[in-house]
Amino acid sequence: MKKFLSGNEAFAEGIRLARPQVISAYPITPQTIVVERLSEMVEDGSLEAEYVHVESEHSALSCAIGASAAGARAFTATSSQGLLYMAECLYYAAGGRFPIVMMNADRSTALPWNIYGDQRDSLSQLDSGWIQAYAENAQEALDLALMSYRIAENKAVSTPFMANLDGFVLTHTYETVDIPDREKADRFLPPYETDNRIDFDAPKNMAFSAGPDTNYIFKYKEHKGVLAAREVIAETEKAFAEIFGRKYTGLTENYLTDDAEYIIVTLGSIAGLCRETADKLRKNGIKAGVVRIRYMRPFPGEEISDALRNAKAYAVLEKDISFGNEGTVFTNVNSALKKADVSVRGYNFIGGLGGRNISAGDIEKIYTDIANGTESVNFIGIGGGANGK
Amino acid sequence: MRPYIREKKSFTFDEVPENTSFEAGYLTTVNSGWRSIRPVINSAKCVGCEQCYLYCPDGVIAIKEGKAVIDYDFCKGCGICAKICRIKAIGMEAERK
Amino acid sequence: MANKAAESISREEFFYGHKACAGCGGSLAVRAALKVLGPRAVSVLPAGCMSAVGFNFPQLCFSNNSIISTFAGTASMLTGVEAGLRARGIKDFTAVGFAGDGGTADIGIQALSGAIDRNDNIIYICYDNEAYMNTGIQKSGLTPFGAKTTTTPAGRNIHGNIRPKKNMFEIAAAHDIPYAATASVGYIYDFIQKIQKASQIQGTKYIHVIAPCPTGWGVAPDETVEIAKEVVDCGLWYLAEYENGEFRLNHKPKEFTSVEDYLKKQGRFRHLTDEDIQIISASRDKKWEYINKNFEL
Repeated sequence: MKKFLSGNEAFAEGIRLARPQVISAYPITPQTIVVERLSEMVEDGSLEAEYVHVESEHSALSCAIGASAAGARAFTATSSQGLLYMAECLYYAAGGRFPIVMMNADRSTALPWNIYGDQRDSLSQLDSGWIQAYAENAQEALDLALMSYRIAENKAVSTPFMANLDGFVLTHTYETVDIPDREKADRFLPPYETDNRIDFDAPKNMAFSAGPDTNYIFKYKEHKGVLAAREVIAETEKAFAEIFGRKYTGLTENYLTDDAEYIIVTLGSIAGLCRETADKLRKNGIKAGVVRIRYMRPFPGEEISDALRNAKAYAVLEKDISFGNEGTVFTNVNSALKKADVSVRGYNFIGGLGGRNISAGDIEKIYTDIANGTESVNFIGIGGGANGK
Repeated sequence: MRPYIREKKSFTFDEVPENTSFEAGYLTTVNSGWRSIRPVINSAKCVGCEQCYLYCPDGVIAIKEGKAVIDYDFCKGCGICAKICRIKAIGMEAERK
Repeated sequence: MANKAAESISREEFFYGHKACAGCGGSLAVRAALKVLGPRAVSVLPAGCMSAVGFNFPQLCFSNNSIISTFAGTASMLTGVEAGLRARGIKDFTAVGFAGDGGTADIGIQALSGAIDRNDNIIYICYDNEAYMNTGIQKSGLTPFGAKTTTTPAGRNIHGNIRPKKNMFEIAAAHDIPYAATASVGYIYDFIQKIQKASQIQGTKYIHVIAPCPTGWGVAPDETVEIAKEVVDCGLWYLAEYENGEFRLNHKPKEFTSVEDYLKKQGRFRHLTDEDIQIISASRDKKWEYINKNFEL
């Protein structure tokens, strides 16, 4: 069934198909539409779930952890300050291996206050132990919602899943979206089964302490769980394509990278404009390409290295800055290239903070800047004397 | 039903669970080493009123055949039982090591 | 010789082999409550004394299903556990939380208020030992006036804590909660009866039980029960219930025992001057004036 939906609404449709049993959420702009739609679905009976009106984001995720520990499929959604407010629970959910799914509407973090999209909120939580996916459009958002539980709940993975949608640019933009058939969705995603839960026949003590001897081993196993998602994402996308006919490309999506000399590595909704710009430049004889990172965790180090290996230069374009250093995505990409022994000139482009527009012209300039060589870290169109080229 | 001491006390890499859930009531160590004094029941005096059983923070007192008996593996020697006993049927004695 | 309190609860032990200090009042409260609720209780305990002493893999001291929550998240995790089990079609269980005074009146009060507001079907038990004992006796919102803690030292200028205890019982009641009660481990049968009653009521139940910490209060380990009884007898604590919009006093001492004796017995109050004790006695009298006026007997 085709419908004209915003990113938030599409994600909610995907969650309806995934049949979570407990939804706990607290409203925050620009996530609100997701939790509003889900509450309507619970009201009209099209989604059979306990909808818990929690009083904060900390409680939203704490409640989801409790529900997951009870053996139920749990969902929550947040954004920005809310994600930071629940940060303690992010690590808790991951350490307990509770495969909760959360949508995060990527938004700037205060101060100064700002409700528009950038990715500083979720990228600040890369170390929390969650799988992190970044959608580009509403269809991918919906499909991710459905795939997320199958990936997170896989026994080898058992890791919570954060699906990130760029605030407003994706969450509030309408597109025509194909909503999968419910019967097919049920075939794709079976009910949640786990032994990591309360059990009255064989009682459990859960979420315990572990001293230095075993703590290290628990943490290692947590790491392995996130890494195991690499293969499980591939298997899940294969099964998804077989049932629904839509194909996805794993941890990254490459565009014209095979023969590209200049490549932009980016993530989220800006990738579309990067591809359009690459097309335009190719008409002028410049071999431009794009790598879109779909998953930041597990990190697609090998995929990115393979795509960049034969390029002359690359740019990492991100809506993020790790103050006092550089963009976090750039750091991650460079580390991957170093490990893969790929030696290509690389530059970091920071843009879109607090929702500032990144234009086609800005992207075209990134390609020419990296061809000609530029500063290591560049703030797109910042103005002023220092770095405002 | 109560937590009890298990044979297996240490866990290798493969035996450490994949997640933070494990069998409830799994004990590997006792608490007897904590005591400097120990409660001793005078069975001739004890009437099995169960006050000591009710108020023991560690739950180590049971009533068997009408008399209080103590699980010395887990008694910490706090002395609440001796103090609560109205008929002074429990004495506290120095622990001999 | 039949003991009606003992006869009314399970013979099983659900909290056993834990590493709480000798004479710990909190562990007595947890033990007694679980013996009322039985094997279908699911306990949620935040980071704090009872989780620290009961859940060190592989030494796991609860024989019923139990889980540690975040410090602030006792009530919200209880909500999730209850909703999750219900969503899975499981019936006949009790979701019960055990949080200390800091976990309840300070960091956890928001989540608790949310749970009461939603009227989630849970029992929330605050074991109140009147300071952050697990971290080494720091002041909490339930530390009483005058108490010396490691963050409210008793010096020449300031005599311990300068603020009275928050009234969590009436804060819970102000939500129009289906059932709230105060208790003391010194009156264990009263406490047991309140847990029994709570387990029969639908919606949120809040029970606030005084649970002395010999280490933090500066009393001998064998004095826990006595001092927990004395705090009620001297009128600084009271045994009451809130139900159907009414407050009820369960136990009215004919005559109060000496406040001074109660205080001077404890290391944390030993520095108090006659004037300090006067302030404490006066606030007790004021409270009881209010209780006598507003609580049914």
